Amino acid sequence: MKGAYDIITIGGSAGSLSVLTMLLDALPENMRMPVVIVLHRLRNVESEMGRLLSATKKIREPEDKEPVKDHHFYLAPQNYHLMIEADKTFMLDYSELVNYSRPAIDMTFSSVAEVYGHRALCILLSGANKDGAEGLCEVIAAGGTGIAQDPQTATFEAMPQSAIDLCRDVKILTIEEIIKFIFFET
Amino acid sequence: MKEDISAVDFLDIINIVKLQYGYDFAGYVQASLKRRILRFMSRTNISTVFDLKHRLINDSELFTHMVQYITVNVTEMFRDPRFYRTLREEVLPKLAAYPNIKIWHAGCSTGEEVFSMAILLQEAGLLSRTKLYASDLNPMNLEKAATGIIPLDNMKDYTYNYIQSGGLADFSNYYTARYDNVLIKKELRKQINFFQHNLVTDTVFNEFQLICCRNVFIYFNRELQNHVLQLFYDSLSSRGYLAMGIRESMRFANIHKQYETVHAQEKIYRRKS
Ligand SMILES: C[S@@+](CC[C@H](N)C(=O)[O-])C[C@H]1O[C@@H](n2cnc3c(N)ncnc32)[C@H](O)[C@@H]1O
Repeated sequence: MKGAYDIITIGGSAGSLSVLTMLLDALPENMRMPVVIVLHRLRNVESEMGRLLSATKKIREPEDKEPVKDHHFYLAPQNYHLMIEADKTFMLDYSELVNYSRPAIDMTFSSVAEVYGHRALCILLSGANKDGAEGLCEVIAAGGTGIAQDPQTATFEAMPQSAIDLCRDVKILTIEEIIKFIFFET
Repeated sequence: MKEDISAVDFLDIINIVKLQYGYDFAGYVQASLKRRILRFMSRTNISTVFDLKHRLINDSELFTHMVQYITVNVTEMFRDPRFYRTLREEVLPKLAAYPNIKIWHAGCSTGEEVFSMAILLQEAGLLSRTKLYASDLNPMNLEKAATGIIPLDNMKDYTYNYIQSGGLADFSNYYTARYDNVLIKKELRKQINFFQHNLVTDTVFNEFQLICCRNVFIYFNRELQNHVLQLFYDSLSSRGYLAMGIRESMRFANIHKQYETVHAQEKIYRRKS
């Protein structure tokens, strides 16, 4: 249904960069809602990731307390967990690694579930660990929509597969289907 | 699935802690504080919020333990090397003009940040005329900081950070290794004074040319951020510097007009007059 979501959140790890680029290329510059991307990145290493992604879309790394705005693409900064507060501002958190990761996809998904409930759309892409699975299930439990990249099409299947194993009602879609879903259902 | 703390219970917990122990967490960002309280409950096998409240009222040791869990104590030496490079190149040369330098590290956690500063000052030839005040709300962190001991495993990362920050010396000159730990050299620590200070409830206690308060503001809501930025304003000497964490920003605080930006990317500001 059109207008069903107020936010799209995408989590990815190993093997997700190429599919993510594909997805971003396909999306219009001016989305109706914010798109928040959380990727596992190397700690303390100036990464190419931000630059690679900004080649396709204007993506910014939010600062603490920055309002989450429609039409914007955001990327979780290195070395901080990214969460969204009830007043729809970003909150950065420098706490312990979660699932060996910071940013952890679970932290972001979980806060999105709490704040956006059924108006959240979260997508989990390729990855070699299980970060994001629990968060995706929280999103679904809160009435939102959780999509996992079809593990058969993922370079690393562990991440989407753990979400599928952990809870029912995860939509399993290929990247082309994900793009279609965003076009027709949001 | 994850259990939750209702809004009412959350306020109850905050009130018990405030009335009974004098720590005021009301201005903290809720999402992360809730998460940390839940984490504490699961680690200590307290299964309901009712139990937590009951035990907080009756068992002060439990609270001491809880503080350790709910503050985020993660820290690093020379974290964000570019920030330290900017201090070296742009801020320390300005501080060198003062005969006596006073620096405050607010929210110093286990000391890694203030040890890094001591190294910078040493290399700039300023350490002997600098007094470093390092404070935190969490007494356990301060106890650890005062020992000057850091796990050996971390030194590889810290050495890398140090070099990235423009450090030219052999980093291992700054500590001695003992089994699984290293001890930061005494001469680097002798100008540092660790003490408890709560940014929410405690007041101005001295005047500084530089205040570092990094990765503490992220845990405060906007109102509390304003309060603490005012406290820092009142604690800075004229044209004194304030450094925040690189993902923290003054833009969203009302008080930002009283500060000017020295380095936008590294979040270094200066008191206007
Ligand atoms: C994430 S650490 C930051 C350590 C260091 N500044 C850094 O950036 O690496 C946050 C620290 O702030 C301290 N803190 C939290 N609330 C505080 C308060 N109200 N007053 C003083 N310190 C506080 C915590 O105990 C913790 O040690």
